[in-house]
Amino acid sequence: MLFFLIRMDFKGKDIISIKDFSKKEIDYILDYAKDMVRYAMGEKYKNVLGGKVLSSLFFEPSTRTRLSFESAMNRLGGRVIGFSDPSGTSQKKGESLADTIRMADSYSDAIVVRHPHEGAARLAAEFAEVPVLNAGDGAGRHPTQCLLDLFTIRTEKKKIKKNKIVLLGDLKYGRTVHSLAYALSLYGAELTFVSPASLKMPNEVINECKELGIEPTYTSNIEKAIKDADVLYVTRIQRERFPDAEEYNRVVGAYKIDNNLLKNGKENLIVMHPLPRVTEINPEVDTTPHAIYFKQAFNGVPVRMALLSLVIGGKL
Amino acid sequence: MKKELKIPRIKDGTVIDHITAGNAVKVLHILGIPKSSSSTVSVAMNVKSKLGKKDIVKVENRELDPHEVNKIALIAPKASINFIRDYAVTKKHKVKLPDEIIGIVSCSNPTCVSNAKEPVKSRFIVISKDPPRIKCYYCEREPEDIADKII
Ligand SMILES: [Zn+2]
Repeated sequence: MLFFLIRMDFKGKDIISIKDFSKKEIDYILDYAKDMVRYAMGEKYKNVLGGKVLSSLFFEPSTRTRLSFESAMNRLGGRVIGFSDPSGTSQKKGESLADTIRMADSYSDAIVVRHPHEGAARLAAEFAEVPVLNAGDGAGRHPTQCLLDLFTIRTEKKKIKKNKIVLLGDLKYGRTVHSLAYALSLYGAELTFVSPASLKMPNEVINECKELGIEPTYTSNIEKAIKDADVLYVTRIQRERFPDAEEYNRVVGAYKIDNNLLKNGKENLIVMHPLPRVTEINPEVDTTPHAIYFKQAFNGVPVRMALLSLVIGGKL
Repeated sequence: MKKELKIPRIKDGTVIDHITAGNAVKVLHILGIPKSSSSTVSVAMNVKSKLGKKDIVKVENRELDPHEVNKIALIAPKASINFIRDYAVTKKHKVKLPDEIIGIVSCSNPTCVSNAKEPVKSRFIVISKDPPRIKCYYCEREPEDIADKII
């Protein structure tokens, strides 16, 4: 038991990449997040991080991630300083990220950072004494999104293992979907990748899944893929990935999720999306029991509460 | 003139042998030679050997630090280092790539934070020693052509 307690000491730990964590550690975070749900809803309150200050540094806007981090800190009794986009900050005047981090380090007990450059959070962690939480670095990692996705599947399906999970959309450029494929493989989920041919999952990610004992299947046919699926994870296909509007419209049209398509799926199929969505999911799906994406967005709060409490060192 | 006289034997110093053909100049660049020393340096390129063509570098009157020389394993994984005293090889070992490569290779990812104006040196984790494969510590990308990315 003592060994367990020592191993699960997250105080001062940076949250940079999902790959920095073992399955046991992820389980521990998800269990703790479950305890946080009623606090995240405001039904209960405990001053877990009273007197603590979080720096929330968003060098590019990301409304959902920022608001859920800030809500998480406030729900725990802590306070937030920072900025939501870099215009008007000294960064705009040419200050390095390293210097901004040094400053935030001396003003706060933890730093959340979102930055357009890949590897920015890893760099931030080098210059900060306090723990750094990566809220997305360019096309790079986004570990809290990955954790909340895992949390959502576990909450809705009781477990992650053995679920048939379809990852749909832009599987090539979206690195968050790469981390998710890795993490789901770690848990032994069955994976199917559905994407247009030009946006296929890269081989290095498929190899990572294989190293974890998972043989993902690939298809471009969404109707077939969702027949026996338990989870359909939809990602956005970005216009800028296509040479012309016509090709883009054709692809987006082919992968649009609506009630007619979902008739092919199981009754308890859940549909997830990291949001914001544009046209990938028809709003008519919102009112069906399949739609989990708004719950998923809420889950960002208890998961981030669990992380903040663990790394800053407050107890529920 | 006999073949072996193309590059003269040295009395004292260091010989780096079995450098991947064509990479001798890059090897010197990595080692900061001749800038960091006033020693005589001779370079032989495309020397025929049993294992095909190779490059050789000889640095007179100076024993290079093996830790320094190990960095060249990035572009010359088969190279060996020979220390020479009084025309005889006193020590010989193969280069061994260190676990981390700092400040020698730049990241090929233009949006990597290590390519932004930040006060850090490039940093790579070695994921395979031979053939050399490295991964950026910051963005986790692998450069396709390491030699091309030597700073
Ligand atoms: Zn990089």
